[in-house]
Amino acid sequence: MTLLLYRIDDRLLHGQVVVGWGQPLDIDFIVLVDDAVATSDWEQELYRMGVPPEMEVYFLTARDAITAIPGYRADSRRGILLTGDIGTMRRIVDGTGVEAVNIGGIHSGAGRVQKLRYVFLSPDEEQQLRDLSAHGAKVTAQDVPGARPVALDDLLAGAELT
Amino acid sequence: MSDTSTEHTDLPRAIVAGHGDFANGLVSAVQQITGRGEQLIGVSVAKLCVEDIENLLRQKMFESSVRVIFTDLQAGSCTMAARRILRGMDDAVLVAGANLPMLLDFVFAEGRNAPQAARHAAERGRIAISAHGAGA
Repeated sequence: MTLLLYRIDDRLLHGQVVVGWGQPLDIDFIVLVDDAVATSDWEQELYRMGVPPEMEVYFLTARDAITAIPGYRADSRRGILLTGDIGTMRRIVDGTGVEAVNIGGIHSGAGRVQKLRYVFLSPDEEQQLRDLSAHGAKVTAQDVPGARPVALDDLLAGAELT
Repeated sequence: MSDTSTEHTDLPRAIVAGHGDFANGLVSAVQQITGRGEQLIGVSVAKLCVEDIENLLRQKMFESSVRVIFTDLQAGSCTMAARRILRGMDDAVLVAGANLPMLLDFVFAEGRNAPQAARHAAERGRIAISAHGAGA
């Protein structure tokens, strides 16, 4: 089929991805793009253990992902591409072109301000998201399929926080 | 009126962690049924990034000297964090897929050390699941 979802989620592979999105989208494979995980057998085994046996997981660096993504898009199966941070997704968008980016979870951390129940951003990350949008990707926040997508402008304004 | 109270520990013996209010809900249920909820430390991780989940669980483990963690989902962030913490710890146990029957068995198994009790409880929790009614 193709890659159905391009998601930024700092928890990477977890319940919302594997079950929350994986089941309704009938996902066959996940492309996890993270330079640290792609070079750690232990981390890969950790994430693989949380995934049902019928679901394939591919671990790639950002550089390798840009080369491999056309193949995944032509794949007859249904997949999700996952990054743990905005910068990695930016490289994917710049390198391969992506129509829509889903912000699934960026949690609290130093210098970040809460924008949504599950999204906290630093000023630099806000700018990175604006850049993603300027490069042609429709950016929305949506943690699970049943939730209403929040447009980037509303997200950055914190309009949905109250 | 006879005294029906029994001696039991009120020291924490395990951490329960998971999505939403899963952990505190289970601990509350254990307390309501047995009065032994003090053995369990409920940990909610909403809003936390992966590193903070790991730091919080590690802090709870070490400040209470607990060596058992129950989590809700194999693929969950708490499970991932717990596996990182337990890496290289031979005296600790993680049980993913926790349920109420499992925790009830655990809090009554005071004769065993906590990791042994957790392994026993995992089996009890597994066999406590059943389906009834149409659709067979």
